[in-house]
Amino acid sequence: MREVRKTAAIFLTLVMIFSLAACGGGGGSQKSTTSITVFNWGDYIDESVLTDFEKEYGIKVNYDYFSTNEEMYVKLKSGGTDYDVLFPSDYMIARLIKEDMLHKIDMNNIPNFEHIDDKFKNLNYDPNNEYSVPYMWGTVGIAYNTTMVDEPVDSWDILWDPKYENNILMLDSQRDSIAVALKKLGYSLNSRNEAELEQAKQELIRQKPLVLSYVGDEVKDKMVGGEAALAVVFSGEVTAIRWENEDIDYVIPKEGSNLWFDAMVIPKTSQNKEAAEKFINFLTDPEIALRNAEYVGYSIPNTTAIAMLDEEVRNDEVAYPDLDSLDNCEVFEDVSDIIEIYNRIWDEVKAAQ
Amino acid sequence: MKRQWLASPYIVWMVIFIVVPMLLILFYSITEQTEDGLQLTAEHFRRFIDPIYINVLIRSLALALACTAICLLLGYPMAAILASREYSRKKIMYMLIVLPMWMNFLLRTYAWLTLLERNGVINTVLSILGLPSLDILYTNEAVVLGMVYNFLPFMILPIYSVLSKIDRSVIEAAQDLGGNNITVFRRVVFPLSLPGVISGITMVFMPAVTTFVISRLLGGGQFTLIGNLIEQQFLSSGDWGFGSALSVIMMLMILISMGIMNKYEQENGGGALW
Amino acid sequence: MRFLKKTYVFLIFAFLYAPILVLIVFSFNESKSRANWEGFTLKWYYELFKDRHIMSALYYTLLIAVLSSAIATLIGIIASIGIFHMKKVPQGVVLNLNYIPILNPDIVTGISLMVLFIFMKMNLGFVTMLLAHITFNIPYVILSILPKLKQMNKHLYEAALDLGATPAEAFRKVILPEIMPGVITGFLLAFTLSLDDFVISFFTTGSGVTNLSIVIFGMARRGISPKINALSTLMFVSVLILLIIVNIRMSKDNPERRARIERSKENSRYLPDIGHDI
Repeated sequence: MREVRKTAAIFLTLVMIFSLAACGGGGGSQKSTTSITVFNWGDYIDESVLTDFEKEYGIKVNYDYFSTNEEMYVKLKSGGTDYDVLFPSDYMIARLIKEDMLHKIDMNNIPNFEHIDDKFKNLNYDPNNEYSVPYMWGTVGIAYNTTMVDEPVDSWDILWDPKYENNILMLDSQRDSIAVALKKLGYSLNSRNEAELEQAKQELIRQKPLVLSYVGDEVKDKMVGGEAALAVVFSGEVTAIRWENEDIDYVIPKEGSNLWFDAMVIPKTSQNKEAAEKFINFLTDPEIALRNAEYVGYSIPNTTAIAMLDEEVRNDEVAYPDLDSLDNCEVFEDVSDIIEIYNRIWDEVKAAQ
Repeated sequence: MKRQWLASPYIVWMVIFIVVPMLLILFYSITEQTEDGLQLTAEHFRRFIDPIYINVLIRSLALALACTAICLLLGYPMAAILASREYSRKKIMYMLIVLPMWMNFLLRTYAWLTLLERNGVINTVLSILGLPSLDILYTNEAVVLGMVYNFLPFMILPIYSVLSKIDRSVIEAAQDLGGNNITVFRRVVFPLSLPGVISGITMVFMPAVTTFVISRLLGGGQFTLIGNLIEQQFLSSGDWGFGSALSVIMMLMILISMGIMNKYEQENGGGALW
Repeated sequence: MRFLKKTYVFLIFAFLYAPILVLIVFSFNESKSRANWEGFTLKWYYELFKDRHIMSALYYTLLIAVLSSAIATLIGIIASIGIFHMKKVPQGVVLNLNYIPILNPDIVTGISLMVLFIFMKMNLGFVTMLLAHITFNIPYVILSILPKLKQMNKHLYEAALDLGATPAEAFRKVILPEIMPGVITGFLLAFTLSLDDFVISFFTTGSGVTNLSIVIFGMARRGISPKINALSTLMFVSVLILLIIVNIRMSKDNPERRARIERSKENSRYLPDIGHDI
């Protein structure tokens, strides 16, 4: 019996030590300093930047990541969060503005905004540029492994070619995948026509047996490893993939595609707007933007930082295409009024045999 | 002071954190937010009747049953061999079966993710040996494999512990009465081990049919199992109504399976599940 | 026959251990790519310790495991005594409610708690995850303590009171020592369950508070990373050491106690596995 008591004593002591450590460590520091919570895409920042921000401003950064705009939206909308900075895409920003979920950003607190290329200001999703500061941008297209695909790739049709059964990676994201089917069929990727959407659904279900997997961030790793021949990707991934595998090529299919912009916004859940603005300004700093661009491979809208990039990167057609040459690409518009249709289509595609 | 009142703090806790959440799920599954406020609806359950979703349910059950059957086929002989060995080695063997269960199950699943890739370790070894490659990642087979790997010890251990408690003399008596090995197994050993088999089946089937992680990592982004469908509703579509209805269906499924298991067990007069 | 048996046992163990061993071996591989060995390195371990997500997840995992199991044990002790002295019918109701978190699929428990927290307008994060862990831990603690109460001589407590002990003294000096083995089993069980939980934490946390399982899930969804291999190696080694220590301690103990621990360990592995591993 004595031994039992001894064990109990040891445990209790351990518990005390841990709790004390807890108060001294996490709990305490959180009270004495401000902190912000950032909600970003996976693999979308050089994390040493966060540490630098913490050091410079004494603001602790809690960092969390999502893998689709929809996932981010649901998390924000359900409540129970206190995010300070989000990184949604164009159409999602439009939706958040429409639903009055964003704070206006005081641009006086973002002096680095001047480094942003004018082309990326006042875009349709935020016409007066009151709510968002651009972070990255790019296109959607097909990345393919030239050792596995011999024919020229120029159309979405190749993703329906039985030759590439189990060699195709699609995006696990409803807007993006439905857009691929819509474009293949020659429709607008902002279609609101139920018949067109239904057709797109049938196309995706027909394609499903050929698809190896619906992927998110792992597409990079899969393409680097030669695990699939073809993948629908965001252009920024291609740069990162090519760092490790030079056999990967990228094409924007002739039927047209999606041009997208990700920007930083401050949701109304933010408890600390001032700190959030500091963070946004920090990420817009050319040096920092450059570090992020060099780490994640995506294209930045920051003119000053672009000038500091390697010439090879700057002139890369995949990463920095001429915006005017992209006239067959559309930007997503908010379709939240018919979002049930999109949700249902995507559920049915993923549930299909 | 009446000592039963000591339970009251926990009863309050249970009401808040166990009963109320269940009621909320039930509530969301039968209501919907319309323009004229909250309304009762059967829409969420009706949606599930669609063949596409029924298929997901059938697939969940089929894969979980396949996993349970494979675990039983692989696990029973293993338990029997371990139970028949002498003591000192037995202890080490027992430990060796317990050890993988203590590993984080996400890591155990992740291991297969790396092994099964097209250019993964298994295929590299196969190609060195000149064998055809194994291309099953992101298929139902991979999901079943992942389940079997994760849950096999849960089948071996209960069977082992029942088998090792069987009185040797019972078996000897049966042999003395002229039973050959097969008869002795069929008429004596197997019926005696049934409680272990049943608790093994429960412990494999239940987590297999409700998992969403194994199917998410090894089955690709599709809805292989009903768990994936639930996750999607809460985390991506934001359709709490449909998600809650699915959760209610899953709970019912588990209750029914538990009921069947318990009935079996009572009929066979076996020991408690726990 | 003997040979056949040996081969079978070997094959099953190979199946159980080969994947883990491969993970461990490749955690020392210089190359990031999967199947090729390109030389020995410890850099993935270095990167592991540099990773802010993993380090903060480790901190939260341990903190939540300690706090939730301690609080659950405390509530569990008090509740068990109360439940033990209840009348038959209410006792049955309470025990059945107590079983719900054990029997319910984790995903349903996780989601229902998430819905509750959001309904109560709580911020998902450390507190909600802790509350969720306490909730799924208490039932196991109670189920470990109740049998000990049943074994106890009912009159001991009254005898202590008759001899002049206050109820608190009687509890501390008479009841507590009797149920201590159950308390410790319950605590350890709660601790391991909390350490290992993924599904419930996944749905009940937010705002950057994560545990190791959630981080692993996130990383695995982003493809293969040797850092996860390094983490696996460390976790495997800790589990191995833990098991060896437990075992050595057990073989030092007297046989009666050993049998008891054996039994509780067996139970402890059985209980969680129905619902709470996945």
